[in-house]
Amino acid sequence: MNVQDMILTLQNFWSRQNCLIMQAYDVEKGAGTMNPMTFLRSIGPEPWNVAYVEPSRRPADGRYGENPNRLYQHHQFQVIMKPSPSNIQELYLKSLKELGIDPAEHDIRFVEDNWEAPTLSAWGLGWEVWLDGMEITQFTYFQQVGGIDANPVAVEITYGIERLASYIQDKENVFDLIWVDDFTYGDVFHQPEYEHSKYTFEVADHNMLFNEFNTYEKEAERAIAENLVFPAYDYVLKCSHVFNLLDAGGAISVTERTGYIGRVRNLARKCAAAYYEERERLDFPMLSKKGGETNEQ
Amino acid sequence: MSNNNFLLEIGLEEMPARFVTDAMNQLQNKLEEWMKEKRISFQSIEAFSTPRRLAVRINELAEKQDDITEEAKGPSKKIALDDNGEWTKAAIGFAKGQDEDLNALFFKELKGTEYVFANKDIKGKYTSELLLELEAIITNLSFPKNMRWGSYSLKYVRPIHWIVAIFGDKVIPFHITDVKSGRKTFGHRFLGTEVEIFDTNHYEEELLNQYVIVNPHKRKEAIRQQIDEIAEKENWSIPVDDGLLEEVNNLVEYPTAFYGSFDEEFLNIPDEVLITSMREHQRYFPVEDKSGKLLPYFIAVRNGNREYLDNVKKGNEKVLRARLSDAKFFYQEDQKLHPEEAAAKLDHIVFQEELGTIGDKIRRLKKIAPAFGQILGVEKNKHIDIERAAVLSKFDLVTLMVDEFSELQGIMGEKYALMAGENENVAAAIKEHYQPRYASDEAPSTITGAVLGLAEKLDTITACFGIGMIPTGSQDPYGLRRQAAGAAQILLEHDFSVRLEDLVNITIESLENSGILKRTSAEVKQDILSFFGLRLKNILSERSIRYDIADAVLEKTGEPVGLVVKKAEFLQTKLQDENFKDTVEALSRITNIAKKENNNENNVNTNLLAENQEKELYEAYLRLRQELPNQLAAAKVEEAFTLLEEIKPVIHHYFDHVMVMSEDEEIKENRLTQMSKLSSEIHRFANFQHIVFSS
Repeated sequence: MNVQDMILTLQNFWSRQNCLIMQAYDVEKGAGTMNPMTFLRSIGPEPWNVAYVEPSRRPADGRYGENPNRLYQHHQFQVIMKPSPSNIQELYLKSLKELGIDPAEHDIRFVEDNWEAPTLSAWGLGWEVWLDGMEITQFTYFQQVGGIDANPVAVEITYGIERLASYIQDKENVFDLIWVDDFTYGDVFHQPEYEHSKYTFEVADHNMLFNEFNTYEKEAERAIAENLVFPAYDYVLKCSHVFNLLDAGGAISVTERTGYIGRVRNLARKCAAAYYEERERLDFPMLSKKGGETNEQ
Repeated sequence: MSNNNFLLEIGLEEMPARFVTDAMNQLQNKLEEWMKEKRISFQSIEAFSTPRRLAVRINELAEKQDDITEEAKGPSKKIALDDNGEWTKAAIGFAKGQDEDLNALFFKELKGTEYVFANKDIKGKYTSELLLELEAIITNLSFPKNMRWGSYSLKYVRPIHWIVAIFGDKVIPFHITDVKSGRKTFGHRFLGTEVEIFDTNHYEEELLNQYVIVNPHKRKEAIRQQIDEIAEKENWSIPVDDGLLEEVNNLVEYPTAFYGSFDEEFLNIPDEVLITSMREHQRYFPVEDKSGKLLPYFIAVRNGNREYLDNVKKGNEKVLRARLSDAKFFYQEDQKLHPEEAAAKLDHIVFQEELGTIGDKIRRLKKIAPAFGQILGVEKNKHIDIERAAVLSKFDLVTLMVDEFSELQGIMGEKYALMAGENENVAAAIKEHYQPRYASDEAPSTITGAVLGLAEKLDTITACFGIGMIPTGSQDPYGLRRQAAGAAQILLEHDFSVRLEDLVNITIESLENSGILKRTSAEVKQDILSFFGLRLKNILSERSIRYDIADAVLEKTGEPVGLVVKKAEFLQTKLQDENFKDTVEALSRITNIAKKENNNENNVNTNLLAENQEKELYEAYLRLRQELPNQLAAAKVEEAFTLLEEIKPVIHHYFDHVMVMSEDEEIKENRLTQMSKLSSEIHRFANFQHIVFSS
């Protein structure tokens, strides 16, 4: 199965489970969790089911397109269901079947893995899912998001598209993956991998980035003061990405590092609190929607 | 199906492997305690567990609680009987209330007052009713980490999916979240189906039919046996690490061990890297040939049967290949980096917020490690190696390999240092200075490693104490207790006869110069010495030294660790000696009198020593004062104790003839001074008053 079909298959499957199919968010971010469709929407009592592909940037993992497994940007397929349905593990396994992975013909394990995102003041418990010894998915029950207790609890399923595809297509090198027909992953992504790595490690203007961090931080604060949660959160994401660039480029000393993480966390917590208040003020308008219920048994 | 077994099974989403066994034991213990408290008898109890279930079967559980007779207390005798000795209204009322005849009442004294009592028979309740309390037992299991799920408020290890609760042939009905108890359980996630349990005696078989080996011991044995079979068939040797086996056992419900292989070219990577990659990251058992040489194979354990095993094998080989390719790349890249260049990057790694970077720590070690070497009497020519090792001790922290496999710190350092042309003493110290890494680990074998290890540990302990980060209760984030125990182990195994104080003075001075200490050096030193005292007590108890002997030898703080242990072990063997008690009593007698008066400052006035026995004792004291410190300094414990034994008859003589508490105040003071002086000398060995003899 090519990557394109994998994505379409997962979208169709989760669409049948009453998930809204959304598109990737248009601000740079390190993981699908940071998309406001996950970070903000998993806060508060309103039901919420969503699925989307998220291109995720990890500047420190950039390898100039030379490493067969590590990438500046990889793709996550992200599913959020709130409240977490009781058959969520079964649904997940069913989705693997749709991708052509019959659990009976492999060894699938749920191995303890607890997730924490210090910049988001978020943590959860769950597993990494192993397929014949390879980690293909992060499976997390959110316990706290933006410093707020998750209630009800949202479950997050994050498929690593490249990992899964390299297994399904039996490829050793990520750049050899078939995206569709005669287009490989390398055709589409090799040049940006090389350029982003070179930019991150050799070219980026750290002074400009430091200035940006400060500017974005101020703007986030200003937007929060006006109760404009979503614009404020965009600037939090920008801060986070700029920090990742600076960190990968070795521009942040050890003593400063904790400070920067703390600044991003502080903003994320403010956005989370403001989002909750705003929804409460609106009387949690989505409270009556169907959540955590699925079409398949 | 005529049994009275009680079966409880809690079905869960996969629990963390490290919690499973403890949770199973907890469930068994809590049920046993509960039955004891409720007076419900049973024949036997068995516990079961897999990653997805915790279960207990109580065989032949009594249908009812035991009947018991309790004494019910009524009014006092004064109130219960009137002046004529007849029952009063109060007594009659009490008897009626207890449903007892008046002539069945009796008197019993309670704290000096007599009361009237009645024997009250309490009939046992039905077990099936009491079992409804199970819900609380289940939800009260404690786990290191709990979670919530869905819209429930319960915090538990993982979401609960089913509960089997059957007593005899009936379901005990209760519910937790929206899960109702019943007789339905579930088999293996992919190979089994759901199944209803009717005969609890067949619980294990029913699940086995559904590809679940629910008895963890049988499951573990099965894995062990499968591995042994592979080893025998292939003529391999497969060392089975108990910790890994326990973890693997709690990751599977139906194990099938198989082997896979990797390319021989990867054998050029150091064994430790290959083993770590297989063991820690993939939970594989490494394979060796009969001579102990690592082979390009691994053993994995699948959660399932042999069907489609080729898929699983191929997948696991692919994963390992990717991991080992990374490792190979790291290994090659790391060799391009010179250890000294790498060490320069340590200024970018924080040791602890208030204590600065690893680079700062290295600069301290560079000074204190050779200073330690000097005090510890290490040959001069090794001092250069010690200093060099200190400078390079942490360089591998910035290598790609240690970044990926943190458990290889030190191990990679040694290898890379040798490749870069460092000498063996330096390289070994880079590896060994972390030792002992855990409680049963060995101390560094080389002298350079031992000295650097001591310096490293004492620097960390002193630095943390210096900013007030002192372990309390379960709070010991930097593992300072382990580090202190490790330092003591090094001192012991290398037979370094140094006073801890002399070493701590060096670390304190170095930290003071760096401006890190936030407390006075005297406070820090005092805290560290008493901290080590407690660690030493543990060390002695690990060596099966009796606590009273430990107290006796630990009263004097700051002595060389080796000497303390030697003394303790010597005294422990002396317990078998029939004269020992008499010696201890004689020595204690001196201390006993001495401590009544605190006049240690004075000197004995020999002119006032009138009696012969007094003079004798004084001479004995002088001899002791001269010889005991020498013997102890040379760690000649037996000879030192002989000196004490030799003064025993003199002490006896003295007390047979001399009254310390003379009526002449001046003589009395002088005699007390003599006692005190002698007592201090005896204490160089131990405070014998702590030693207890059973009568």
